[in-house]
Amino acid sequence: MNVSAIIEIIVAVMVLAGTVLSLLSSLGFIRLPDIYTRSHAATKSVTLGILFILLGTFIYFWFMHGLISIRLLLGILFVFLTAPVAGHLVIRSAYRSGVKLSDTSVKDELRDDLKKMKQLEQYHSKEG
Amino acid sequence: MKFTDVILQTSTKILVFIILTFSIYVMFAGHHNPGGGFIGGLITASALILLYIAFDVKTVHEIIPVDFKIVGALGVLIALLTGIGSMVLGYPFLSQTFAYKTLPLFGKTELATAVIFDLGVYMAVVGTTMTIILSIGEDE
Repeated sequence: MNVSAIIEIIVAVMVLAGTVLSLLSSLGFIRLPDIYTRSHAATKSVTLGILFILLGTFIYFWFMHGLISIRLLLGILFVFLTAPVAGHLVIRSAYRSGVKLSDTSVKDELRDDLKKMKQLEQYHSKEG
Repeated sequence: MKFTDVILQTSTKILVFIILTFSIYVMFAGHHNPGGGFIGGLITASALILLYIAFDVKTVHEIIPVDFKIVGALGVLIALLTGIGSMVLGYPFLSQTFAYKTLPLFGKTELATAVIFDLGVYMAVVGTTMTIILSIGEDE
């Protein structure tokens, strides 16, 4: 087995892993009960799936065509920086606009913290 | 309620540099690769809009004290002057030329007058997009 065949197998496995992860994440998006768990599925595994696909493409062009594409590496970095922030913003605005958690969840620590913060603010505004 | 999000602001500080670098790359790559002044200007405008979303308008105006209407007008002026420049030298309007020069840092570089026209397009696109977005966003 020569080098290019090994590289081809590695690339094929990476691209397949990426697509399977994206498929799993879309399944999770359908099956999970509320927006918080759905965003958990949508941001995490899609980010890793995109990493696998882009890295597979990068390795393919590097070994097969001798082309080192900085844009692909920059794309990986960019997706890794932006996707969690986008998920965080969606969740934050959902919580602030009063979207309920699913019935199966047991604990909501943020609600208690926000209540405590509001009480503290009222206390300080009375004092000063 | 004022919207401040530490996570968004911190990641914006890093992301804006990546987006601006990529936009300048796309603008200069336009001669031989996909890209050009139009798409580079749009990418720059999107980086600036990200700044406006993460921070408020007043803060960004202090950081970037640029009137985008003037930027757009300057861009159109540059694009027009490259056309008139070829007329002054006795060629038809908007003729272009290129030459290979050896620069100190870059080595052998292709210098084309079309890049100056592209710079004009870039500035016009940034100015127009930012003027539209800001004039929509500032209305109460």
